Amino acid sequence: MRASGFPFLVPMLALSVAFFALPLALLVAYSFAGETGPSLENYAKFLGDPFNFRVLLNTARLGLETVLGTTLLGIPIALLFWHSGQRVRQAIIFLTLIPMLTSNVVRTFAWIVILGRQGPISESLMALGLTGGPISLMFTELGLVLAMTQIDLPLIILPLVAILSRLPRNLTEAAEVSGAGPWRVFVTVLLPLMLPALLAGWILVYASTSASFVTQAVIGGARNVYVPQLIYREVGTLFDWPLASAIAVVLLFTTGILLLVLSMLSRHRRLVGHG
Amino acid sequence: MSGLIANTLSVRGLTHSYGGAAAVDDVSFTVPAGEIAALLGPSGCGKSTVLRAIAGLVSPRNGSIMLGDADLGHLPARERGIGMVFQNYALFPHLTVAENIAYPLACQHVGRAERRERVAEMLELVRLADYAKRLPRELSGGQQQRVAVARALAPSPSLLLLDEPFGALDRALRFDLQVEMLRLQKTLGITTLIVTHDQEEAQSLASSLVLMNKGKIEQIDTPMAVYDRPQTLFVNRFIGQANQFEAIVETLEANATILRLRSGEALSLPHRLDFVTGAAVVATCRPEHVSLVDTPAANTLAATVGVSVPLGPSLVHDLILANGGELRASQARGPETAVPAAGSTVFASIDTARCHVFPAQAGTPSA
Repeated sequence: MRASGFPFLVPMLALSVAFFALPLALLVAYSFAGETGPSLENYAKFLGDPFNFRVLLNTARLGLETVLGTTLLGIPIALLFWHSGQRVRQAIIFLTLIPMLTSNVVRTFAWIVILGRQGPISESLMALGLTGGPISLMFTELGLVLAMTQIDLPLIILPLVAILSRLPRNLTEAAEVSGAGPWRVFVTVLLPLMLPALLAGWILVYASTSASFVTQAVIGGARNVYVPQLIYREVGTLFDWPLASAIAVVLLFTTGILLLVLSMLSRHRRLVGHG
Repeated sequence: MSGLIANTLSVRGLTHSYGGAAAVDDVSFTVPAGEIAALLGPSGCGKSTVLRAIAGLVSPRNGSIMLGDADLGHLPARERGIGMVFQNYALFPHLTVAENIAYPLACQHVGRAERRERVAEMLELVRLADYAKRLPRELSGGQQQRVAVARALAPSPSLLLLDEPFGALDRALRFDLQVEMLRLQKTLGITTLIVTHDQEEAQSLASSLVLMNKGKIEQIDTPMAVYDRPQTLFVNRFIGQANQFEAIVETLEANATILRLRSGEALSLPHRLDFVTGAAVVATCRPEHVSLVDTPAANTLAATVGVSVPLGPSLVHDLILANGGELRASQARGPETAVPAAGSTVFASIDTARCHVFPAQAGTPSA
């Protein structure tokens, strides 16, 4: 008889089924619950309202903007990591991990101070004479993207750092000796080799941002509504659980499609094997 | 093959240090146009630093690097026009074989049509024409090495640098690729500098060896001269094997020198040494210059056989001397050669004409 590792998987499997698969199945089942039996009326109700559709698009946009923000900040930090010695590398990892040890809620509240009327952003802009009076980035999408970018930055830096620390340094040296300038080395060697990490980071950042209820609610405020708040309103205020389930399934589905595309991209033969 | 102008590489007074510790100290050597030289030494001797300085990947403290009439010293790596094969090849994993070879050509703005032609030519040269579309990880180690060589040679550089190019390959393959490398180098006539810690590799490829130890050059010579006439104890011990005896110069005559070994025996050398009487020295002899005899005579040392190992065409004896020291002897072996029993008493006869004598160094381990 072939020895099987299956018995050892049972505890983990049981935990996953009981606390993930089952609730998820329940959620999906709920979403089809109608007045008189199973129906699609919850979906029709949600997608039929142009406001809801806009919220869905806003949520996707928020995710993409945060992906862009974290990428624009993450790549230079990753390059600094690549060019640094052991000590600076450790410092970069340490500084990346420290914010992750702080609760999302605490960081969100810190951003209220930074984005507010008396915050450093407003004060600096006034001191530079770029704005007449104090401005507030609170309750704006820009402020939300700024906060989300900072909160989710580790999710893109860590995969990048993981890939770069395994990358042999002589790859960029080989490019230099071949005659490539710094820009060409970046575009033709480092960037393609960082792509698997970027794809992984994008998946994490997008999923995290589009579902970050607390930050969206506190910094986005009542005027900027995203899908998680919509769900919360149905559950907590209107007590329409079947509709809330339908919205959740739609959010899961749209995010899932994007993640599927990204993870299919990361299976490209040129990207596999050095990630 | 496009017209390749071989240039002489000349390194003068190269000095570099990492964090205060001298890695390379006043290194000077020349590789004549179209020849292969090997920088040979133990790991950490500074040979890689010399290579990286020539490539422009480190900026040395001091010294000049000339290639033909061009002073490379102040050019960035990308403007030096040198071909380099890195340790572990450093092939771009996301690019195909053809794209890897085309990379330096693209950097140097070679037109698309010419690039394609040149890549085909290089693939033909390293016999990988059928592998153009493969990714590096789909190739064997030997094939990867050939791609690295093709990439280095594609832009027709006037100098080729090789950093431990055969280090990652198994022994059998290594020899084949060394022969291949020699063929390529002879075809192209490109000035080549190879860095290695493997003396066999250096000897089989290079027409001149530059031996380095602790950041300094010990000897520059042909492979044969380095083996037959080592100038320092380090070279003697690093190239091939050497038995070592601590001794005192006892008598100096017109055509003879008598050394008194620390163990009490005397060795008589058939020539006058350039030492004063009473000088502390280290005498060395190769295992093949020690033979086993049955009876004591001049220049023989009493010993017992530790172990005798047949190594293909030779029989190697590890002997234990009367004072506990070890002595290795090697003799040609045929089917009739008798293998002495372990523990038997023999006399080791030393061919003193082939001995080398060096001044004793502080901290030299005793034989």
